[in-house]
Amino acid sequence: MTPLILKSETVPIRSDEDVSRLRQTVRQYAIALQFSIVEQTKIVTAASELGRNVIVHGGGEGTAYLETFSQGIRNGLRIRFEDNGPGIADINQALRDGFTTGGGLGLGLGGAKRLVNDFEIESIPGKGTRVTIARWK
Amino acid sequence: MDRIPILQMGEYLLVTIQVDMHDRLALTLQDDLTNRIVETGARGLLIDISSLSMVDSFIGRMLSNISSMARVLDAETVVVGMQPAVAITLVELGLYLPAVRTALNVEKGMAYLQERLMEKSPMESDSADTEE
Repeated sequence: MTPLILKSETVPIRSDEDVSRLRQTVRQYAIALQFSIVEQTKIVTAASELGRNVIVHGGGEGTAYLETFSQGIRNGLRIRFEDNGPGIADINQALRDGFTTGGGLGLGLGGAKRLVNDFEIESIPGKGTRVTIARWK
Repeated sequence: MDRIPILQMGEYLLVTIQVDMHDRLALTLQDDLTNRIVETGARGLLIDISSLSMVDSFIGRMLSNISSMARVLDAETVVVGMQPAVAITLVELGLYLPAVRTALNVEKGMAYLQERLMEKSPMESDSADTEE
């Protein structure tokens, strides 16, 4: 069954203030979908990690595409993060807890994956990275 | 740039984080707290996060860094008021924050700090009497 898109929005990510704004936008979308507090917090946190990754690892700027959609009896929120940064050479390595190239804790990518229902990542070194996450209700 | 206010109460510093912090603000807080501990000689630091509806790995690391830096400067830190959804999410994120002492609320947090300070004081007066 093809998902029906209810609402969508494009959020530019160019600074840590943009990431802060993104968190608030994601929270509002999650509330509108009637996610529980825990479900809201998980997707907001995942979005925060991935938004930060765009700034720190994605060449400093990128875009988040938000979509709420309905598929059969369930509704969901999907967020796609795109950047034209250096890309990830070894995705499995990047997903491993503790691995970091930015002096962080190395929990952002793997952590975000654990907090959502759907997680997809594509990256071409030298061209960019795309990460798509989704949580269902 | 906006700053998060730090209150002093005797030997303690109190911080209440009520806004969604962008990363630079979090780093500024880290610096401000470290400077204030040195300036005031504070022995205890209480960070109230009861208004935070989200703590991600960056903020988690900030709390951990503050705890460690305070300890190096002979001050104890306690983080209070973590919301349940935040606690659940942090654990699933893989962030256990072993170095960060927590308490349920400001009252319990202060009681903990006072206890720790009292534990430390007897040792300091003992060591002056020890001859080895």
